[in-house]
Amino acid sequence: MVAHSQFVRPVAAALPPPAAASERDLRLDLFRGLALWLIFLDHIPENIVNWFTIRNYGFSDATEIFIFISGYTGAFVYGRAMRERGFVLSSARILRRAWQIYVAHIFLFTIFMAEIAYVAATFDNPLYAEEMKILDFLKQPDITIFQALLLKFKPVNMDVLPLYIILLLLFPPVLFLLLRRPNLALAGSAVLYALTWKFDWNLPAYPNGVWFFNPFAWQLLFVFGAWCALGGAQRLALLLRSRAVLALAVVYLVFAFAITLTWHFQSLERFVPSWLGDWMYPIDKTNLDVLRFAHFLALAAVTVRFVPRHWSGLKSAVLRPAIRCGQHSLEIFCLGVFLAFAAQFIIAESSGGPLLQTALSVLGILIMIATASLLSWYKGMEGRPQVRAKTPNANVAGGGA
Amino acid sequence: MTIIAAILATMALVNAAAAAEPAAPCAVPESLLPAETALTHAAGEIKDRHRLDISVVGSASSALSGPDGARFAYPAQLQQALTERLPGIDIKVTPHIQLRQTTADMVAALPKILTADQPALVIWQAGTVDALRGIEADDFRASLEQGIDLIAAGADVVLMNMQYSPRTESMLGVSAYADVMRWVADQRGVMLFDRLAIMHYWSDTGVFDLYAATHGYAMARRVHECIGRALALQIISAGRLDVKKADLAR
Repeated sequence: MVAHSQFVRPVAAALPPPAAASERDLRLDLFRGLALWLIFLDHIPENIVNWFTIRNYGFSDATEIFIFISGYTGAFVYGRAMRERGFVLSSARILRRAWQIYVAHIFLFTIFMAEIAYVAATFDNPLYAEEMKILDFLKQPDITIFQALLLKFKPVNMDVLPLYIILLLLFPPVLFLLLRRPNLALAGSAVLYALTWKFDWNLPAYPNGVWFFNPFAWQLLFVFGAWCALGGAQRLALLLRSRAVLALAVVYLVFAFAITLTWHFQSLERFVPSWLGDWMYPIDKTNLDVLRFAHFLALAAVTVRFVPRHWSGLKSAVLRPAIRCGQHSLEIFCLGVFLAFAAQFIIAESSGGPLLQTALSVLGILIMIATASLLSWYKGMEGRPQVRAKTPNANVAGGGA
Repeated sequence: MTIIAAILATMALVNAAAAAEPAAPCAVPESLLPAETALTHAAGEIKDRHRLDISVVGSASSALSGPDGARFAYPAQLQQALTERLPGIDIKVTPHIQLRQTTADMVAALPKILTADQPALVIWQAGTVDALRGIEADDFRASLEQGIDLIAAGADVVLMNMQYSPRTESMLGVSAYADVMRWVADQRGVMLFDRLAIMHYWSDTGVFDLYAATHGYAMARRVHECIGRALALQIISAGRLDVKKADLAR
């Protein structure tokens, strides 16, 4: 990313510390890119390649990685903007970003509606009279579309962007506080998370139920990411270097892996003591279960330990595709959701087996890489002057959903 | 991690390959049958009274529309299959199907059903409407446990989860509800008829093309017949009802 380094370095040089946060951490782009691939794969319901995605090996999945990194990069980019240019201007930029994501979400919704409408019009089987009731909303397009515009109606797999929109809408005051009293902001976030669990807070959804990703719970991960970006990571450095923490993280990851094994092989379920299951289940994704959060922390602790910031591999050609995807996260996320729809549609139409599923998975990732490269190329070609380059670059870095 | 992933994927492939071998139509592999779970009330009724009263509590996917739907739906098929396999036993299956009822609704209706039918066994099909309505996992689990407690006082329970419905899979997320049902069944020592996994298996092995769009009832009837038979077989073998039959013959 030529444009990035052009943007980052001069500003960084002009900035007072925290200096360590001033250069873009390629690991963020790498892992966000990988998370985008995993989200794409997980969104194809019938896919043998899903055996490789992390949700089969532990409690947390790519969503956690994604929201954390989005908080991190958001604070990284908009935090600098807020320090340099003030609250109003940086807030305006954050809100514009939220608007872009909103538009992207509605665009995806349109594609989804097209697919659903097709299924509703062509698929008929008395066996599934009950399941097809999920399409009843098509009978009331006026209400449905309106509810979608209000972000209350969200079809399956289209929950992440609305979460991200809410997180960004509330981000300006949070960032303001994070820049002044970071620990207080993080504590406030944790308190909100705890109260959400205690009082069952969530936003209503349409036609019934609540948001699949509860913003009041998931904000913790986002704010934690932002806190890390604004110096928190350095504060944790000592902790992350300790052997005891590493050991604890590894033990927990192994435990989570053992538990997930019992989900795949039901004969193993009897080895889970009932008190443990009673305490543990259900592992709530909607409210970001503590077990999931802890699993993400353990993963992050181990990752940070074994993939150092200046690891030479980050510059290698092998990892460049994933990094590219991570750098254009909003576009690639939307593309991934669309590709997952498309792949699923093809699999359904052709009753495809593992071979087709694998081929479509690989093809989808290749399309994501090609698109990300194209977007990078566009940015390079535009060759804007540095001052003007700030805004779009900030969007890229703060982006992702 | 990659190695483990490779092993798991290979196991999945091997499973699929093994499944592809020709078998009796709509047979269910051993791995999808639950561990032995004694159905004491049912066994007692068979032994002492030479009869078995079963109530089926469920929503729309326990019924079939169309002409004579009730005769072809799995509760009737279950009755027929059990009658064939347990000669000399008077089998009576009474369906209580209410469209659009959630698990909590069914729990509210249970006492009346239990009083009216006096069943020795209740087949409880749940989860689909809860998924449709987006009922919270915790509430769903609490309702299941409450219902099981109600039934277990005087009868055995077999839980039945959702249908495998590939066409609506991206719109209707059922897997979280299926997980809850598996866990509750395991915890309460209750038998689970894993309709989701069994139909998935039939789809994978080409027994049924569940993606197919068809206006006719033929396929739906065959699926229900297979479910009825598989359910009868599971009740008898995992519930060890055939042992009692041997006792009976003496």
